[in-house]
Amino acid sequence: MSEFRMPALGADMEEGTLVEWMIKPGDVVHKGQLVAAVDTDKSVIDVETFEEGVVTELLAQEGDRLPVGAPLAEIVPTPSSGVQAPAPAGSRPRVSPPVRQFAHRAGIDLADVHGSGEGGAITHADVEHAIGAPPHAESPEPEAAAAPAHAPAAPPPRSSPRARRLAAERGIDLATLTGTGPGGAITEADVGRGEGGGTAPSTAAPPAHPRTPPETPGKRAAGLRRTVGALMARSKKTIPHYYLTSTVDLRAATAWLEATNASRPIAGRLVPAALLLRATSIAARETPEMNGYFTDGRFVPSPRVHLGVVVSLRTGGIIAPAILDADELPVDALMERFRDLVARARAGRLQRAEMTEATITVTNLGDLGVDSVLGVIYPPQVALVGFGRVAEQPWAHDGMVGVRPAVTATLSADHRVSDGMRGARFLSRIDELLQSPGAL
Amino acid sequence: MDTQQARTAVESAFAEVAPDLGHDDLEDAARLRQDLEIDSFDFLRLVQVIADSTGVDTPEQDYHRLDTVGGFIAYVAEHAR
Repeated sequence: MSEFRMPALGADMEEGTLVEWMIKPGDVVHKGQLVAAVDTDKSVIDVETFEEGVVTELLAQEGDRLPVGAPLAEIVPTPSSGVQAPAPAGSRPRVSPPVRQFAHRAGIDLADVHGSGEGGAITHADVEHAIGAPPHAESPEPEAAAAPAHAPAAPPPRSSPRARRLAAERGIDLATLTGTGPGGAITEADVGRGEGGGTAPSTAAPPAHPRTPPETPGKRAAGLRRTVGALMARSKKTIPHYYLTSTVDLRAATAWLEATNASRPIAGRLVPAALLLRATSIAARETPEMNGYFTDGRFVPSPRVHLGVVVSLRTGGIIAPAILDADELPVDALMERFRDLVARARAGRLQRAEMTEATITVTNLGDLGVDSVLGVIYPPQVALVGFGRVAEQPWAHDGMVGVRPAVTATLSADHRVSDGMRGARFLSRIDELLQSPGAL
Repeated sequence: MDTQQARTAVESAFAEVAPDLGHDDLEDAARLRQDLEIDSFDFLRLVQVIADSTGVDTPEQDYHRLDTVGGFIAYVAEHAR
């Protein structure tokens, strides 16, 4: 018997709110399968299980706010791993994770879907079919007995996870809405209309079971500010920072970008930040003292580069999710992943690894016109690179003063792990890489 | 394209790229970077959405004309068929 517990999604997380179960008692889960969504004040994060087995009991309800380490579900290893499991409620067909996620997004309960694949496996087509079909009359399910107190009187309407989250934030009962999505599923837009329309939250039926009060955006921003503050205070208390600054000539990079972008459609154009991130990823891979974690009194360099990027949320606060294995991505792919990450960070939907595994972080305040930024390291990382505005600057070269586009790159690094000499080599390597943009 | 049509196109592009901005934030004088916190990635997406909806393909050297909401609308009105 093992327990699925509230994970620590970042060094600063103390508690989290379970916002969504993607499993129920009787489900077979596989290592790496997404099983729950957890709201950490920073973002809603999809969490996977590291267990292989059958879910026997959910110990927490959606809406519960719990400390890190609190048990959320009991998972019994499958018989193949040597332990006798209780028979799952009805034999569950196999479903591949993409199909499961597709069904989940569409608001389809896989228990209602007939599998036509090999060994009764549910395929993408089966789920599509189920979306078209009217929902089955709810057959009495054995697992319902496990949680009689929470069983709602009517089956909940189909809805997408984002719609549910939005509805919870705004205090709207989904049962009062009309769905316009596939198979009558309630979409985000429906929730938006529900708020504007006559179905005022006050007339909504009370929820079937008590939940924590919905958070207002203001409260959320305040929570995020507190979390960021606590983490930065810890960083300044425990990490002896040193700072280096270097002005990088971007004439070559800017000319390369202009030439490249001129021949590309808008969708394929690059922004200067993509080159800066690319150069930083390569330099981080080459400089182990900048890339890794300081935990339990010692530094462990990371063989992989997960590049954290600071994303400001317009509602207030910042988060720094990671582009995983950034050093292996060519500029175009890196740009694409960065765009996607920023969009999901702002939508509040990130994956666990993205929130917890950054090995070094970059902050880029250039868009707001500052010359440079001397940042605070995200523990347990040991370095943070900052870029200011890309702007034309007077530049002395060969006894002449000219004008060149340039950017001020800064490094905040941990003196327990490296010294200024090493840091200087790291920064000058970034500079060097940016002089040959075509090779990046 | 008249200014009103351009305004509608620009407003819906903002609604798509930066849904957290309210209608009232999009005054003509509002600066994209300083006032609306549109970063270079958001900006590129705005230009992309406008290209898809109006056919206005903005070259990089014209980006500076799009630094306020009013400038953006005027540019789209001038260049859309």
